[in-house]
Amino acid sequence: MIEYSGNLQRVVTAVVSVEQKRQASHRLAHQPAVTITHLSKAFKGIPALQKVSLTVQTGEMVALVGASGSGKSTLLRTINGLQLAEKGEVKIFDTSLQNNGQLYSKSRHLRSQVGFIFQQFNLVNRLSVLENVLIGHLSQISSFRSTFRLFTKAEKTRALAALDRVGILTQAYKRAALLSGGQQQRVAIARCLMQGAQIVLADEPIASLDPESARRVMELLVDLNQERGLTVITSLHQVQMVRFYCDRSVALREGVVQFDGRTAELDDNRLSRIYGAAAEELVQRGHAEIFSS
Amino acid sequence: MSLKRSKNGRSITSPWIAEGKKYELPISDAVLDMQGRDRTTAKQIGWQIAFIAGLLGLLYYSAVVSEIDLFELLEGGSTMGEYISRYFPPDFTDSASYLDDIIETIGMGIWGTLLAVIFAAPLAIFASANLCPVWIVQPTRRLLDAMRAINEIVFALVFVVAVGLGPFAGVMAIFVHTTGILGKLFSEAIENIEVGPIEGVRATGASKFQEILFGVIPQVIPLWISYTLYRFESNVRSATVLGIVGAGGIGVSLYQSFRSFDYTKVCAILIILIISVGLIDAGSAWLRKRFI
Repeated sequence: MIEYSGNLQRVVTAVVSVEQKRQASHRLAHQPAVTITHLSKAFKGIPALQKVSLTVQTGEMVALVGASGSGKSTLLRTINGLQLAEKGEVKIFDTSLQNNGQLYSKSRHLRSQVGFIFQQFNLVNRLSVLENVLIGHLSQISSFRSTFRLFTKAEKTRALAALDRVGILTQAYKRAALLSGGQQQRVAIARCLMQGAQIVLADEPIASLDPESARRVMELLVDLNQERGLTVITSLHQVQMVRFYCDRSVALREGVVQFDGRTAELDDNRLSRIYGAAAEELVQRGHAEIFSS
Repeated sequence: MSLKRSKNGRSITSPWIAEGKKYELPISDAVLDMQGRDRTTAKQIGWQIAFIAGLLGLLYYSAVVSEIDLFELLEGGSTMGEYISRYFPPDFTDSASYLDDIIETIGMGIWGTLLAVIFAAPLAIFASANLCPVWIVQPTRRLLDAMRAINEIVFALVFVVAVGLGPFAGVMAIFVHTTGILGKLFSEAIENIEVGPIEGVRATGASKFQEILFGVIPQVIPLWISYTLYRFESNVRSATVLGIVGAGGIGVSLYQSFRSFDYTKVCAILIILIISVGLIDAGSAWLRKRFI
């Protein structure tokens, strides 16, 4: 699988045709993209994840639901190895990324297959938008080239194509700091496309955005999920958003999986059974108002 | 009570503001309880007084050991006037050679600073607690401390013996001392950066080295440039003194004129120095603006 993606990156010059991508996703289908088994993690003795097991198939769009502090971020960060769990295993496309607190030697290579989108965008503010997208390609280039920021024309073309796909091509040569929040988040998504990521992990991608930008970012993620077969795992704390965009949801409470199934089954009754009074926070907060009308 | 009225007749100043009144806020038991928990005690005030007394004592003691004496300054005032008059009018007869010396001095400043930046940048990364483990950070910081603790003049004395009289010894002296200073300042800049962008780079599968190049350096570059230009100015000033121990630059002529009581020549050199330092100052301010 990894070999295949490596070839893919070599073959790709500017834009990979949708057809090629379809083939790619076809070959990947019916194979788990992420397999998590008995993952546990604690911060200063307070459990953040407790024996979490979860399998996400290639091409799925999964929402992680839960109030703040329920372990959503920690789970996402352990999936790409930004954080180490104490116990349990994370596999990406059947290759182990971490097991019982040990990061595998190939973890950097695996990580380059996984895009990550942060609540605070985490762009490098003083670099241009284009350079921020090119960062997605760093894992493929030598230290020498990165020292002098030597990117080939093909790489730059691909980065521009990624910006075009997320709809902010015209901003390419501006400094990232000058963009609005919604635009910055789309740069982050373009960075994932530049990586050629097969899996996108999004940690509260719309929590810092206004309702309209939030809608556009979510729709972009859905589109990429559908047209490219990208596997998307996103944490969201507004249930309305989850119901609108994601077929499958996983509800966490105090680091324990309380629900894993079709979002349709996660109705208000079920939520209040899981979260009690705290369910209100999930239903009422944030940008929910634009979806309730 | 008079209310100001806007054109459409609505009041624009509330009666409270007009009369300088404040509305009442309800004071609950919780507020009173919180007030009761104020821990500013007599003991704390006592400590504060002791601290101020200690500080004053320290100031007095250091005045005594450094022989600060107001009366002596006043008595010396009249002879000072007579002494200063010997500096005028300035004697610019050798100004061509002074100009060469100034250029040499600035050259020493440029190369001393440049070498220091080249070595300080990696050392600063090793001295930053947010990038490196403690067993690398601590030794690097101690090394930087040592470089900083010893003055350029002392280093110049050492290097004059090692590489001989002349400006190269001065360059080396400036280089070593400035590496200590810039290394510390650079690493402080690194320790104040945001971690978000670094994680963003890390999440793409980039190596540690690439994380530093793309996540750290762009964040610190404005401060680094600012510190470097500031040190360059200071280094040109330092370079003027290094000549006294034979390490090249305008200091050689300055010291010779002093020793031969050619105060009018000293005055000319000082005027040239003031002008060139002023020019460098303006130049680096311009550069700084362009970079940041």
